[in-house]
Amino acid sequence: MSNNNSWDWDTGKRLVADLEPWHNEFSYMEEARISPHGENIAAIVKNEDMEFTICSQGADGSFITWENSYDKIWNLKYGPDNRLSALISDMAEWTVSTDDTPWENTYDFAWDMTFNPAGTHVSVSTQKELQYSVITNDVPWENSYSRLTDMALSPDGNHTAAVVETIPVLESEIFKFRKGCYSVAVDGTPWGTNFMNVWDPVFSWDNARVAASVRTNYQDYFIAVDGKTWNKSFTSVWMPRFSPVDKSVTAPVKTNGKWFLAKDGDIVWDRGYHQLWHHFYSRDGLKIAAIVASEFGKWTLAVDDTPWEITFSQYLTDAVLSDDGKRAACVFKDDNKWGIAVDGGAWEDKFDMAWKPVFSPDGRKVAAKVEINGAYHVVVDGTVFKTAYDHLESPVFSSDGSKLLIKGIEKNRYHREIISVKGGL
Amino acid sequence: MHSIYSFVTGPLAWLAFIVFIGGSAFRFYSLYSLARKKDALVFEYMNLKFALRSIGHWLTPFGTRNMNLNPAMTVVTFAFHICLFLVPLFVFAHVIMWKESFNISWFTLPGVLADLMTLVVIFSCGFFLYRRIMLPEVRYLTTAVDYLILFIVAAPFITGFWVYHQWAGFPTMTILHILSGEIMLVAIPFTKLFHMFLFPFTRGYMGSEFGSVRMAKDW
Amino acid sequence: MTESKAVKDTAIDDQGIIKGIEQLSPEKIERVINQVLKSETGARLKTYVDTCVHCGLCSDGCHYFLAHDRDPKYSPAAKVKQTLWEIIRKKGKVTPEFIENAAVVAYTQCNLCKRCAMYCPFGLDIAYVMSVMRRICHKLGVVPLYIQDTAHSHSVTKNQMWIKDDEWVDTLMWQEEEAQDEVENLRIPLDKEGADVFYSVIGPEPKFRAQLIYQAAVIMNAAGENWTMPSMPGWDNSDMCMYTGDYEMMERLKKAHFEAAANLKVKKIVMGECGHAFRSVYDMGNRALGWKMPPLEVIHAIEYYNDLFVKEKIKIKKKFDRPVTLHDPCNIVRGRGLHEMSRNIVNATCKNFIEMTPNREHNYCCVAGGGVINCGPPFKNARVDSGKIKAEQLFAAKAKGAEVVIAPCHNCHGGLEDIIHHYGIDMELKFFGDIIYEILELPE
Repeated sequence: MSNNNSWDWDTGKRLVADLEPWHNEFSYMEEARISPHGENIAAIVKNEDMEFTICSQGADGSFITWENSYDKIWNLKYGPDNRLSALISDMAEWTVSTDDTPWENTYDFAWDMTFNPAGTHVSVSTQKELQYSVITNDVPWENSYSRLTDMALSPDGNHTAAVVETIPVLESEIFKFRKGCYSVAVDGTPWGTNFMNVWDPVFSWDNARVAASVRTNYQDYFIAVDGKTWNKSFTSVWMPRFSPVDKSVTAPVKTNGKWFLAKDGDIVWDRGYHQLWHHFYSRDGLKIAAIVASEFGKWTLAVDDTPWEITFSQYLTDAVLSDDGKRAACVFKDDNKWGIAVDGGAWEDKFDMAWKPVFSPDGRKVAAKVEINGAYHVVVDGTVFKTAYDHLESPVFSSDGSKLLIKGIEKNRYHREIISVKGGL
Repeated sequence: MHSIYSFVTGPLAWLAFIVFIGGSAFRFYSLYSLARKKDALVFEYMNLKFALRSIGHWLTPFGTRNMNLNPAMTVVTFAFHICLFLVPLFVFAHVIMWKESFNISWFTLPGVLADLMTLVVIFSCGFFLYRRIMLPEVRYLTTAVDYLILFIVAAPFITGFWVYHQWAGFPTMTILHILSGEIMLVAIPFTKLFHMFLFPFTRGYMGSEFGSVRMAKDW
Repeated sequence: MTESKAVKDTAIDDQGIIKGIEQLSPEKIERVINQVLKSETGARLKTYVDTCVHCGLCSDGCHYFLAHDRDPKYSPAAKVKQTLWEIIRKKGKVTPEFIENAAVVAYTQCNLCKRCAMYCPFGLDIAYVMSVMRRICHKLGVVPLYIQDTAHSHSVTKNQMWIKDDEWVDTLMWQEEEAQDEVENLRIPLDKEGADVFYSVIGPEPKFRAQLIYQAAVIMNAAGENWTMPSMPGWDNSDMCMYTGDYEMMERLKKAHFEAAANLKVKKIVMGECGHAFRSVYDMGNRALGWKMPPLEVIHAIEYYNDLFVKEKIKIKKKFDRPVTLHDPCNIVRGRGLHEMSRNIVNATCKNFIEMTPNREHNYCCVAGGGVINCGPPFKNARVDSGKIKAEQLFAAKAKGAEVVIAPCHNCHGGLEDIIHHYGIDMELKFFGDIIYEILELPE
């Protein structure tokens, strides 16, 4: 996450935009997007020429639209650096536009817009004349492929990787397919080893290496790092992750009917689960957490191979560790209601939906966005705030953990609010 | 002759019952532990209400569509299974033996009725044999063991009928009757005759799946 | 003992099976079989095989058996005899030729429709046994070419039809634009976080029947639904890997599908009129991943449409006036008991309804299900021949006046279309979506 010290952290509620005039002006308006720092709001609209453009709030509270308008706009997103990007199309030529500045390279289609954590780089997958490639900040790969999926951007934004079809294989060529026609291309250059399938490429934290899940035949699944597989195969694997502190790679692996966590090919969590996926490291890289099913239909969170005692029958998602790795939280579904569990205990209130909880940087507080009876609320440490929003972004803590940024729309009025959460609530 | 009789009614009978009970218990135990280990899901979906709902339909004559499509088979199957159970348990001669050995007794079937029911079993076995030979879809599935099992089931009833009526050579036939009964008991845990114990579980599991997950009938 | 006709009527012409067999050795067969039997099966398979008393009563449960004039080799138990009985008896020491026949039986002579479980007095699940056989064949690499190719498509694209990521979004935008000619500013909202409904379809919809997405969009719009479709893989709820026996891929697909919905924080997944995808999401895939029931509520189109009429969320101009009959798809009737809701929709939308018999749980399969139609042209003639009993059932409904067959399942459409054509039945096939769209009163 980018440092948010430079944001306005003065407590109080400030009207950023009244969307009522927007609705009056535009016959067509999509869902509004709000910037990470909360200072801006924008939406895809159709202007009077029935062309697509972007409307956002101006300095004086009125609205302004982009100077350019297009045949089609989609995937409007604020990057982590608060710049606004979208995929735009004119005369069937697609590209990216950031803050109303379109890229020069255009394509027959562009999708999967991805930002690096600092927001300095934007990547998309592209297709031109049925050749597939990747472009970052208007700099395209030199190579293109007959098929490309699963694009990944390195943390520093300087590298991209994707699963590519290195040997074009026709439908029905099943025996050629079995020999391996897929690989990972990093910055356009393929690994050099082909596999029957490749999924989920991921970059190392030093941006230098790429790991992915592969299978070489129907029975042998591996993790491959820079094109070289682990020396042991498994019944199945899920997406690998690089350790933030050393050069190791970990991944959930299935063997003998149970799931384990393996590091560089060796099992490091030996408890054995019915399911294990979405593992991740704490910020310091010292702890690993994962979503697990300790038994069939019993879902919980495990940290360093120790699962919580509490289990949930329906679903578990959005797991998160505090920065110091000492605390853990997640969203769960049980008994057809959604809830949030922290450190092995569920909050008393249940919701119609719950979003990924966030820890304050000091790890003392947990906040989340939830939905109750069709309206959105902020919850901090289990206490539901009264204000009901029509639209709400997940809350953000200040770096000292004393304040909370709430970005919500009530009755077409978008407010940016800073509240103090020092001490109790 | 008398010593053979003592042997088949004494140690051999004990052995037969021990093998029958012990063997059945073992089969149950091994299936249960295998299921726990490999098919844990089965236990997750078992549902008593829907298991009983399904079993109830399948234990009711003409309670399912297939029973209506095969009326002769339905009549014979129900008559056969009912008689197969009732006759050995309630025939006068058997109850007397329990009385003599353990001084316990219970209700007995009138002789004529028991005789008729025995004939039903024998006739049913004949019907099953006829089906096995004459119906192509049954013949296709039939193995030598299937004939053997049919014979194992029919034998105690044929010999029993013989003994009851005290026809020629009935002392020998008595021993054969006891022996064949013991063979049948011993065969139950180790052959397809074990279906009598598995029925509630297989039917109950399908009933549970259909009732609680699929929300449909299974009859 | 006289055998029925030779096990193989004609030499098969499927490169997936033929070449797959060429690459087998007895050692490999034995090793793979025992690996599957030992590590993936247990009491269930053992009980099913041991309990069967060879009574043949399952026969009347099978439309293949009925369509082939009661040819014994098509009875459900006979298919077990030709596959797992022999394999278990010989402890996996079977020949490549045996595997060849077993593959043909398991992939093309059983629709995994589970009707026979309602005819077997013991409720033995022969579809499960056939699935174990398919699993073995998958691991041996002996799978009919067309369905294997489809499974490969799933593994690369996470959809059934090799549809590339851009083609998917492009198709949705195209349908949205088309629909806007009819309904101003109609949207197919992509990736709308927090929507109530996540609408998912099967790969063939964008590929061949994009108008179905158009119709769904118009219906959703008319109902005032807060809905969305995902722009990235996970949009396809179909699953041929479930049918080839590639369960690792089935798990990967269902994970992608459920997570696509969960990541968008939707309340429920509504899926189009498809049967096998429902089985994959509601029965097989969720279990394989560790969920007793689907982690998010999964609503089949029938349930969704029924709800629209019950809650009066849509209005119709007038009832559909041609006489209709209704086909009950296995996976959503024996699989989810949606038959009464289907009839509610028929009654709400059609003037004249003629039942086909048997119906509801006892309806005959279209012979396309269970991946059989996906085994493609090499098996088409055999499949259509096996539809004879289905054809007779349709003819009977037609004799009572039915002109239109409503089949709320894609596979059923494929199968019934071939049957209607081959036997010259001359009936028209429709989805519920077709009928509702046709008579829908668009809101002002």
